[in-house]
Amino acid sequence: MTLIKIDKKSLDQGIEKAKAAYRVFGPVKQKTDHDFKLLDKSELPDFNFQNTRLSPKAIIYPQSQIMFEYSLDETSEDCRIMKEVENVASPMAVVGVRPCDALSFPIVRRNFDSPEYQDTYWIKAYEATTFVGLACNSACATCFCTSAGTGPFGEEGLDILLVADGNNFFVKELTEKGAAFIKAAGWSGDADANAASKIDELKKTAEATITAAVETDKLREKTILELYDASFWEEEAFSCINCGTCTYVCPTCWCFDVQDETFGKSGIRMRNWDSCMFPLFTHHASGHNPRDVKYQRVRQRFMHKLKYYVDKYDNGIQCVGCGRCIRLCPVNIDIRRICNKMNSFDAAKAACEAVAS
Amino acid sequence: MQNPYLPYPVRIDEIITETEDKSLKTFKFVFLNPDDEKKFAYSSGQFAELSIPGLGEIPIGIASSPAEKGFIKFTVFKTGKVTSYLHAMKEGEIMGVRGPLGHPFPWDMLKGKNIVIIGGGFAFTTLRSSIVSILDPANRSNFGDIHVVYGARTPGMLLYKEELQGWAARDDIHMNITVDGTDDPNWKYLKGFVPTITEEKAPPGSDDTYAIVCGPPIMIKFTQPVLDKLGYSHDNILMSLENRMKCGIGICGRCNIGKDFVCKDGPVFTLSQLNQMPKEY
Repeated sequence: MTLIKIDKKSLDQGIEKAKAAYRVFGPVKQKTDHDFKLLDKSELPDFNFQNTRLSPKAIIYPQSQIMFEYSLDETSEDCRIMKEVENVASPMAVVGVRPCDALSFPIVRRNFDSPEYQDTYWIKAYEATTFVGLACNSACATCFCTSAGTGPFGEEGLDILLVADGNNFFVKELTEKGAAFIKAAGWSGDADANAASKIDELKKTAEATITAAVETDKLREKTILELYDASFWEEEAFSCINCGTCTYVCPTCWCFDVQDETFGKSGIRMRNWDSCMFPLFTHHASGHNPRDVKYQRVRQRFMHKLKYYVDKYDNGIQCVGCGRCIRLCPVNIDIRRICNKMNSFDAAKAACEAVAS
Repeated sequence: MQNPYLPYPVRIDEIITETEDKSLKTFKFVFLNPDDEKKFAYSSGQFAELSIPGLGEIPIGIASSPAEKGFIKFTVFKTGKVTSYLHAMKEGEIMGVRGPLGHPFPWDMLKGKNIVIIGGGFAFTTLRSSIVSILDPANRSNFGDIHVVYGARTPGMLLYKEELQGWAARDDIHMNITVDGTDDPNWKYLKGFVPTITEEKAPPGSDDTYAIVCGPPIMIKFTQPVLDKLGYSHDNILMSLENRMKCGIGICGRCNIGKDFVCKDGPVFTLSQLNQMPKEY
């Protein structure tokens, strides 16, 4: 595996050079926060950030995406026949992805790319993308990646890991896609002999800045109904206003709605991010709604991430510990507290206590 | 890579108004491209998304049987935006069908078994498909005794009336057609609610007897204790569920009941399975 050391200047030059072969996305400060955007010519990513306000999921899975187009013109031969819109994904590179967000892509892939059905839109965009990660040298107070399957130097989901060391960067090639990007950027120059130990030292320092954790070891062994029927859901959901911020900012929330929009005699079928926080998400045409009450929707969100996903794929929780939902929740609902509550929930003991009271 | 969201174009070949209140119509579709019919290889119990450009898609059980060639049929209750529009469409118009989706009734497991089909109201569509499949001369010998209990509020609210009469005249299927009540002097079938008729007419439970139950929640609620009383194991009771859907292929995230999606992992579940799942349907 190639390990290169470059300075800030060659990093910037390389990113600029790579734009000839890739559409390059990177974090850029917009008003008060950093967010990913397609970098214009000579625009560079700004690495002076902890994490972006929104996750990079929209690069692969846009908030609104046109799937089909149709004509309602009766004189047209194709009237009312759905036509695929052109879906050719040109090479993309996302530079500056934090390791937590990088892990979200393999997690979400299990949903969009299953043995039975392949979501062509997500898969094409994903396969066309090279993920250039940026290790975190220090964490936010809300970060808990080390107990959510990754860490500040986590590599899963990345093609390249960049590690900042003062004004220099270590470039760690992780995949063939990564090698191709390094070539396109023209980065070269072997790192010196003690680079590996330097990275290790930075990693240990970074990990030590993470103070929050979740416990997930007992989630699998409980039954779905034990956790579903747990007594704490109404209380935990009490303050929720169902605003949907948590699902909007979450890198692993993937639910969508499909809508047709007609303009005159033609139209599009599109999909839009949706949220299990909204009553309409599950509302039947008959008026019946299986998740009619707020706490049922809050329960669905946490059960999906921390139990249903765990049971379905046997591959950890559907959460990467980025902490966005904790930081941005207007009523301070904290997934760490709920995860720990679920993990330590003792159905038998709760039943005894219910009888005793 | 096949785009799983792309519907097959179909032409509405025939529209039949099924019930006296006109709330249920059967739509017979013919594929515009004959190859698409081959791709749409289905079994009784599966559903499809009916797709009307400009309005959206609706998940509807397939009412035709794979034994019937050249078309597919769906019986649709007029209730929301898409179904209301569909009810106003005319024969010859073009729309889309996407599927088949979900798991059918477990026909391999049902081979050699007795089957009791219990249906109420307009939830008789995939049951009609099942009966036609079972009665197909090439297929009938694969099953033991077949009992059917089918009820509606009034005679005018029964689906597939002509076919029901035809099946009632046969000796290889025990038809029990019932209505909640009627003052029609010519009514020659049963009167009474589905659970009551089931208790009177259904055979006792056994390892070799399966019940397929589809109907409104109230019917299911009162039929289940009857089946318990008759000795049906919960592994031998099959049910078909509905939830709001969009993608129909387990991706968009809304129709889950616990970890299972009604669209992809269902819509058919055994009562044993449902007993272990949250009641979110």
